[in-house]
Amino acid sequence: MTALRPDLAVIAANVAPGSRVLDIGCGDGALMAALRDGKQVDARGMELDPHDVAECVAKGLSVMQGDADSDLIDYPDAAFDYAILSQTLQTTKRPDKVLDELLRVGRKAFVSFPNFGHWRVRASLMWHGRMPVTRLLPVAWYETPNIHHVTVSDFRDLVEAKHLTVEGAWFLSGDKRISDAAASWRAEHAVFLLSR
Amino acid sequence: MADAEALLAQSHVLEHAAPLALDGGQALTGVRVAYETYGTLNTDKSNAVIIFHALTGDQCVASPHPITGKPGWWVRMVGPGKPIDTDRFFIICANVLGGCYGTTGPASPGPDGEPYAMRFPVITIRDMVRAQIGILDALGIEQLHAVVGGSMGGMQALSFAANWPERTRAALVIASTARHTAQNIAFHEVGRQAIMADPKWRNGDYYGGGKGPDKGLAVARMAAHITYLSEEGMHEKFGRKLQDRTEKTFGFDADFQVESYLRHQGLSFTDRFDANSYLYITRAMDYFDLAEEHGGRLADAFRASKARFCLVSFDTDWLYPTAESRTIAHALNAAGAPVSFVELSAPFGHDSFLLDVPALDRVIAGFLKQ
Repeated sequence: MTALRPDLAVIAANVAPGSRVLDIGCGDGALMAALRDGKQVDARGMELDPHDVAECVAKGLSVMQGDADSDLIDYPDAAFDYAILSQTLQTTKRPDKVLDELLRVGRKAFVSFPNFGHWRVRASLMWHGRMPVTRLLPVAWYETPNIHHVTVSDFRDLVEAKHLTVEGAWFLSGDKRISDAAASWRAEHAVFLLSR
Repeated sequence: MADAEALLAQSHVLEHAAPLALDGGQALTGVRVAYETYGTLNTDKSNAVIIFHALTGDQCVASPHPITGKPGWWVRMVGPGKPIDTDRFFIICANVLGGCYGTTGPASPGPDGEPYAMRFPVITIRDMVRAQIGILDALGIEQLHAVVGGSMGGMQALSFAANWPERTRAALVIASTARHTAQNIAFHEVGRQAIMADPKWRNGDYYGGGKGPDKGLAVARMAAHITYLSEEGMHEKFGRKLQDRTEKTFGFDADFQVESYLRHQGLSFTDRFDANSYLYITRAMDYFDLAEEHGGRLADAFRASKARFCLVSFDTDWLYPTAESRTIAHALNAAGAPVSFVELSAPFGHDSFLLDVPALDRVIAGFLKQ
């Protein structure tokens, strides 16, 4: 088995064994398969791209083709122990509403996103006055699916405004952990575990 | 019409010893169900898969058609090393109740030895499944690895999973629906009225020699065939091209290729299908409403099921569009069932499930592998 992407590895390590999980924007199902095989998790997925859904079904995973913005409404309240949204929040139309839905269908929610406050992004804007094209954000502004760029500080503000509880937070540069204090400018990835 | 003798020699036949109690309240005696099998049933009888056929399909899913000699209708999907792998699974495919390929239908002799014709009781999708459950009992198969079906076959797969939940571990439903819409019923009614308007239909009593209502049946098939294709697929294939001529004739010949094609589809259909079977089977589809059978809530239909489900729709299918599959998927989610749903892109409309769509092969192979 290939190694999980670093933010997914963090999530996989912190999901309780045997729990029920909904992975929204599950891609090719790498995290779901790891959770199922490693932790006997009952994992369900949602994914927009039909090729990825087909890939997941071929792995024996249960995945619905659907859109985080509009299709979470079809799941009952508290149907899952965890709702996972990895690298998808910044692509949704209304991240705040998606967050509400995550914590409606899941008792807890993992949210991971690329940190737009990373120093390379800041430098690109500061020195070149241009939207950054970096390792983590490799696509030019006009074709990126990321329509709501967010920084670690922005996300903390939203969490506070919604009176959510941060049960855990992990900050990554590549696969290295970054301290909470330095996260806002040194973290490429952030992973939050939230509850209501 | 089907040469029943030759067919029966080829297919296995289950004879129901007890009368089959039907949803309409009647009981049908002496029901025979013709079926084909492929592959080998393993010793613990755990590798069986039922494939349910569509409206005008038959049990010859992967063997030559007994009348036309054409390859089986899903030979691209079923066989050694294929997505529904006969090296691994024991495949059962039966002709539906009301059909005309060896299973009891309106052309079969009733208790008095005369063909039932319109004395045949109106049947439902659940009745079709009921008749096929008998095969599992006869073969000693407690639980199937999976039930699989496209279109009306998908309706049977859903009905099976809902009404005999302990008898399958998985259900694969392709280009199907949990209920017939007004539009679906309307198209079927056009077909039925075409058959009944043919003077040779004679209230269904056309079996004693001579031709049946071939003209009406052909028109029914033509109307239905349009619903199986996509608008862009038809446009691509035919456009406004003329048939074997360079100019319009200012008459009512088949000037256009699409007319010629539909006429051919209609005519060749009458060689292989019984008009009364067409009436009864389309009626069963129109009556199908899985939610209605379960107190009006579709999710309740699946409460007792522990099966895995996979639903597939096609983006160009306007007969049973993606929204219908989504409705089923949502109900299964609400019932907590493990369900996958995917809309595949294919240019062939409703018929995509029978044609070359590699993504479908991957989904089916992957889903059944588990």
